[in-house]
Parts: sequence; C-alpha cells; structure tokens
Amino acid sequence: MATTVSSTGTEAGIQNVFAFIRRRWLWLLIAFLALLPIIGGKTGYISNFWFLQLSLMIVYAIAVLGLNLLTGFNGQISLGHGAFFAVGAYTAAILIDQAGWPFWATLPMAAVTCFVAGYLFGLPALRLEGHYLALATFALAVAVPQILKYRHFEGFTNGVQGINIFKADPPFGLPLSSDQWMFLVVLAVAVLMFWIARNLLDSRTGRAMTAIRDHAMAASTMGINVPRYKAVVFGISAIYTGIAGALHAIIFEFVSPDSFRFELSIAILVGAVVGGIASLPGAVIGGVFVQMIEKYADALTKKISAAVHLPLELEPWTIYGIALIVLMYTMPTGIAGGLAALWRRMRRS
Amino acid sequence: MALLEVEGLKAYYGQTQALHGVSFALEPGGITTLLGANGAGKTTTLRSLCGMVRTEGSVRFDGRPISGRATEAIVRLGVGHVPEGRGTFTNLTVDENLRVAAYTRRDKAAAQRDLDMVFEYFPILKARISQQAGTLSGGEQQMLAISRALMLGPRLMLLDEPSFGLAPLIVQEIFRIMRRINAEAKVSMLLVEQNAALALELADHAYVLETGRVVMSGKASVVKSDEAIRKSYLGY
Amino acid sequence: MEQLIQQIASGIANGAIYACLALALVMIFVSTDHINFAQGEMAMFSAFLCWQLLDWGLNFWIALPIVVVVSFLIGLSIERVILRPLHGAPVLSVVVVFIGLLAIFHSLAGAIWTHTIKAFPSPFPQVAFAGSGYIGPHQLGMIAVTVGLLGALFAFFRFTPLGLAMRAAAQNPASARLAGVSVDWMLALGWGLAAAIGAVAGTMVAPAVYLEPNMMASILLYGFAGALVGGISSPGGAVAGGFIVGVLENLVAYFGNLLEKITGFYLIGNGEKLTVALIIVITVLTLKPSGLFGHVTVKRV
Repeated sequence: MATTVSSTGTEAGIQNVFAFIRRRWLWLLIAFLALLPIIGGKTGYISNFWFLQLSLMIVYAIAVLGLNLLTGFNGQISLGHGAFFAVGAYTAAILIDQAGWPFWATLPMAAVTCFVAGYLFGLPALRLEGHYLALATFALAVAVPQILKYRHFEGFTNGVQGINIFKADPPFGLPLSSDQWMFLVVLAVAVLMFWIARNLLDSRTGRAMTAIRDHAMAASTMGINVPRYKAVVFGISAIYTGIAGALHAIIFEFVSPDSFRFELSIAILVGAVVGGIASLPGAVIGGVFVQMIEKYADALTKKISAAVHLPLELEPWTIYGIALIVLMYTMPTGIAGGLAALWRRMRRS
Repeated sequence: MALLEVEGLKAYYGQTQALHGVSFALEPGGITTLLGANGAGKTTTLRSLCGMVRTEGSVRFDGRPISGRATEAIVRLGVGHVPEGRGTFTNLTVDENLRVAAYTRRDKAAAQRDLDMVFEYFPILKARISQQAGTLSGGEQQMLAISRALMLGPRLMLLDEPSFGLAPLIVQEIFRIMRRINAEAKVSMLLVEQNAALALELADHAYVLETGRVVMSGKASVVKSDEAIRKSYLGY
Repeated sequence: MEQLIQQIASGIANGAIYACLALALVMIFVSTDHINFAQGEMAMFSAFLCWQLLDWGLNFWIALPIVVVVSFLIGLSIERVILRPLHGAPVLSVVVVFIGLLAIFHSLAGAIWTHTIKAFPSPFPQVAFAGSGYIGPHQLGMIAVTVGLLGALFAFFRFTPLGLAMRAAAQNPASARLAGVSVDWMLALGWGLAAAIGAVAGTMVAPAVYLEPNMMASILLYGFAGALVGGISSPGGAVAGGFIVGVLENLVAYFGNLLEKITGFYLIGNGEKLTVALIIVITVLTLKPSGLFGHVTVKRV
C-alpha cells in the first residue's frame, strides 16, 4: 500500500557512504558551525540575517527528521505534521507570553505536549492505513489553524492575531547578538536530537520500527507489539516536529494560526522526500531545501523569468513544481540518495 | 514452417536469471508439453513468450519475430495465453469476461462465431452467463480462462497448469475438451503441466526443462514409455 | 424547519461537486493506486479555461464541451508524459510529483489570470420554480448536470466495449493484457476522463464560490473524504460519499447555529464545520475501514 517506503539497497548505500562522512567530518562540521558566531563577529562577513536563515534551516531539519522517523523508518505517511509543529510553537509561545517561562524551559514542555498529542492521534490512526491515514493527517493539517482560531481558546491563543514574544538575549553578557546566540542554541538542540535519533534507530526499537515498515505482519509474529510501537513512534515523531515548532516560535518571535496552514505540512513532507526518505543526512538536506525554497524561490523565479523572456510573469510555485518533478525523476530516492549514487560512481572510476 | 520457433531464450526477474537459453520449436496443429519440476522454468517460458518478463533471444511466431513486443500486441497476433491461476476478472460477469477478449477484434462476426463455439464446448458458461465470474467454481473458472483465450481467435494456445487445484473428474473433462478444440478449431497448444502423466496422455511432443534449460525432448509416446526418463526427470 | 430543508438542499448541491471530484479521484485510483492531489487544481484550471472562453464571447454550452475535451487531453498527456516514466517509483516520489503538479497548475492559473476573484456567471436561467424557496436555480442546475454526467459515465462503463476494457484493465492488468487490451492506454484514458470530470466540477462550482486559484483547495479535501467514505475503489460509492459529505457539512453548521440560538453557547460555527465534518468522516472510517460501500479485500501474505 501507499505507506510502504521502498528501502533496502539504496538506504544501505546512503548509510554506508555517509558513515564515512559521519565519523570524521561530522564533528569538524559541527565545530565549524559552532564557531561561526565568533568568525562572523570578528570578520563581520556573516550578518544576523544569515544566522537567522541558518537557524531556520536547522529548525526545519529537525521537523523533517520527525516526519522521517514516522514515514521513512516506520512506514506511516503523514500529510499533517505541520499540526505538531504548530502545537510545539504555541506551547512555547503561550508559556513564555503568559507564564513568563524562560525560553529553554519551554522545550521540554513542548516535547511532552507533542508526545501526548502525537500518541493520542496515533492511537485511532492505527486502524487507518495508507490513503486513510493520509486523509486523517491531511484533515489534521487543515483543522489545526481552525482550532487555533476557535473562539473558546482565544484566551490562550489570542485568536487570529497570534502571539508576539521577545527574543532572549545571550546569557552571562556573552558578546553575541541574539540571532547568533539563538543559532548556537538551535544548533545544540539539533545535534542532541539527531544523536538521540541515531541511537534510537540503532537500538532494538529502531529495528522494530523498520521491521514494522517492511512487513507489519511478519513483525508481529516475531513478537513485536505493532500497535504500541506505531502509536509510540507517532508520539516520538511529534516530539521532534514539535520541538522544531517551539524553536521556530522562539527565533521568529511570533506565532499565528496562519503560519501553520496546510502548506507547512506539505513543505515538511516535500523536505523529507526531496532530502532523502529514511536517511538522517537526508533530513538535514530536506531542512535546508525547505528554507531555501521559502526564501529564494521568489528571487530565482524573477531571474528565470528575466532570462527566458516569457510572455507572462512566472510565479515561484511554477518553478517549485517543476523542480520537484525534475528532482523526483533524477533522484527518486532524494538528494541524499542521489549524492550517494554519485559518490559510488566517482569512487569506482 | 514451424508455428513457433524459440532460440536461445533467456529470461530475467530483476537481476536473477530464470531461463538460460531455451530452444524449441512447435509444428502447427499439434499439442506440445513442457515438463519439469517446480522452478524448472516452465511458467517463465510461457510468460517469456508473451512478453511478460524481460528476455533475450529470439522468438518467432509464424515466421514473425515477437520477442520484445508488448504482451497485448503478441496476444493480438493469435497467441492465447491461459495464465497460471486462471486470471479471472472476478468482478465482471462471465459474459463480460468473454467480451473483453474480443474487444480488439475487428471481425465482429468471427467473434460472435467464436462465442457460439465456446458455449458449445462449455455449455455451463452459457448457463452462468450473467453471473459474477468470481462466484464460479474452480473448474468453471478454468473453462472461462480457456474460453477467454479462444475469444481472441488464436492459432496457438499457451496453457499454464490447467489442472491445478481441480478434482480429477473435472480435469479429465477439461482435457477432453482441449483435445476437441485442438482437433476441431485447429488451435495448436503448448501445455505446461506439473502432472506429467496427464500431459503426456494429451500431447504428441514433449520437452523436459531443468533449471532453465531444455534437457531432453522427444515424442510423447517415447518419453512416456522410457522408464529412465520418467524416473530421473518426471518422478513417477 | 424550512432552514433545515434549505441546508440539506444546498448540501446536496455541494455534494454533487464533491461527488464529481471523488469520482475523478477514484478513476485514477482504481487503475494506479494513486490519489491525485492535483485533481482539484486541475479542475480549477479548467474552470479558468472556461471563463476565458466566456470572456471571448462564447456561449457557456459551447464553451463547456470544448473545455471538457481540452481538459481530457491535458489529463491524458500528463499521464503519458509525466507519470509514465515514474511507473514503479516509490509511492512517496509520486506523491511529491502530484504536489509539484498542484503547484504548477495553481501558479499558472495565477500567472495567466491573476489572483483577484472573478465572477463566473451561472449558465442556468434565473427563474422561479416550484421549490425555489429551498434551492437556487444554479444549485438545482449543478445537481442536474452532475447527475447527468454520472449517468453518462455509468452507461459508458456498463455498456461500451471501451468502458469494459477500462474496467478489466483496472481490475486485473495482467489478465487484461492477455486479453489484448493495452493497459497503458487505458491508464491514460482514465487520467483523461478524470480531468474531464474535474472540468465539469470546476465549471459548476465556479459560479457558486467565485473563481480564483484557491477555489478548489477545500473542495479537494471534501472530495477525498467523500471518495474514502464511499469506499475508494467503488465509483458508485464515491458518488454517494460525496453527497453524504456535502449534506453532513451543512448539517454540522446548522445544528451548531441551532445550539447557539437555543442555549446561547457557541460550540460550532461556520469556521469549524470543516473540522467537525472531517472528524465524523474519520471516525466512520476508523469503524468501517473499507468505507460504507467498499468491499473488503482479503490480502494474501
């Protein structure tokens, strides 16, 4: 059915190739990123705008990772992960705005709320497979903005207006701008979340997850409690996407129902598939892709329009749509899979 | 000239090679049987002839090369394939099952004659004409599968285990009618059977396959009476 | 009471549109196992094509067949050109391609005809008739056209050889090939028909909601829900499901308003009717996963 995500060969290939990068270069890369605020501060080359962009890429990478755990590694499709992103974002915003919590304390709360939300949604969703699960999650994505606007919740959510919060200043009088400080926070959270995901997937739980994806019935005859696992994975997946939402609210300093429309869920799904499904590096690539599209589709479209002299003004979505189709043709297993294949070919020749 | 000439036929399922250069020829008018154990490549051979798997090698039907063509194009040339598992359109009626096969035929009068012929061979299908095909018994579905192939107006019929899962009495009935079809409608047949004794009763020529290769061939009467062949290849 | 009947009547009218879209989704689903997420945007695009012809001065009843044929060809070419090479690709890749198509149709409509809403005149005479207190002429015409369309499709599949071949190809592609049917072309025809049905839905819905690129967004969701409620592999069920969802949505809003009027407590209004209707649909599906009219398929392992 629709939820079986093809895996095996390519996935193993991707993991092998990136294992090399993981071992040596990954820590260097993280160290480099962590030093960016200092480099940027000294040289002045990297503006606060760029730190915000980088932070957003990382945030979306965490969100995409959440969906990847569910869809890529557990075979349950979701067209509505924007909903958990919204729940995380509102949890953080409400706690900061109304309860005066420090921003870091809201992250565990967002995780708890989203786990509960994901688990509870995952329970009835157990009976739904393939297209039915797609509809249920699709409905969730459409429903969430409406629920956030719901009249009786306005005391908390402030209705259509949304909630403004203020960015935290760096502690201990560190010589960083708040964008640089937030970038470091987001980076640290992301490293922790990816490390946990890595270990989760390497554990018994991770093997059970992929076994359920590849053959639920066989998994259950091996003694895996399929319903419980599926619901728990839904919850864990929601934690990731929810924490991403909370971070987004904190660095964006604003939440409103219309920031979490259906398009956000689609963007997360597209990020997961385009990056490379069932792949951790793929989630990073997917996160970068989501933010790049949001930021640069406009500019790119203007350039292309000017270059090809079309009789009508192109819109960003046209380029976006064509890019998606071309990507799926050239790299059906996502950019991570495409890079892995390229790498293998280069090493062979 | 041979009706069907197969030379060096190789077949692949993904990376796995299932046939390793099978060659044989079929004279028009006869019944030929392909024998062999499970996994010898009998079904694969039939599927290869109809372009249902990836193949290499040459297949000529009536002198015309047909390898590499689309299944539906091969079928329309006059190769009726009665597939493994009967391939019934379970949600369609018996009548619709038969009419689907006549859909691409230009000569509607000939199609009508074939329909009458089918009902003459298998009167039970006429009685069940507006019934959903999924509700037919196994034997009736096998008759329907043979009839569907006949509705194409074929000159060659490929039959994949028509006796599978049926009671011996019904198998005898079906084989009796197959012999009539062969004689009266001038349809040549290539029969794949697990039940070698049964197949050798009907056929006049036999090929024995083993792990994707033809290991022996001969007149059915000879194969049947040769105890050494029976013991080593056919297991009875 | 009168209001209730009005709500049900307009629910049936909306349901007719959902039914069309549900049927278009089923057309593609039965033969490919894919849900075409771009179906709604394709219908919207067809509605714009029709608007353009009307704007050039054509009569609606001449423009409609032209648009239907053009949409049919667009659908057919999408299958042949874009989806054929993806045969056997992972399901999620196909989903992303559908999202790409959705984005392309949406943005092209915006680029060609702008995002400002346009009035789309109703092709039906604005006259009073028996029962016009309950239902408007356009709504009645919408029901008549869609029911007529569904009848024509039913006849096509039931009584023509081509319709039979398409059903056979959808049900058992391998067997259909052995019966000489070119299954590949049947898939393309299915796409063409789906696009044509969508075109009718789009031109019927445009006068009711104003024409703009976002017109079909929520309608697709209702069509999807309708198709699943009726049993995604059953065309008749999809049509029934579309009507059920249409009426259900209006009843939710009606009873929400009634409750507020009686008790003064606001529970459900127009803003929440979509959510509530979907919750009901999903609850039904959890209890009866094959849909109300779908047949249970036994999966062999």
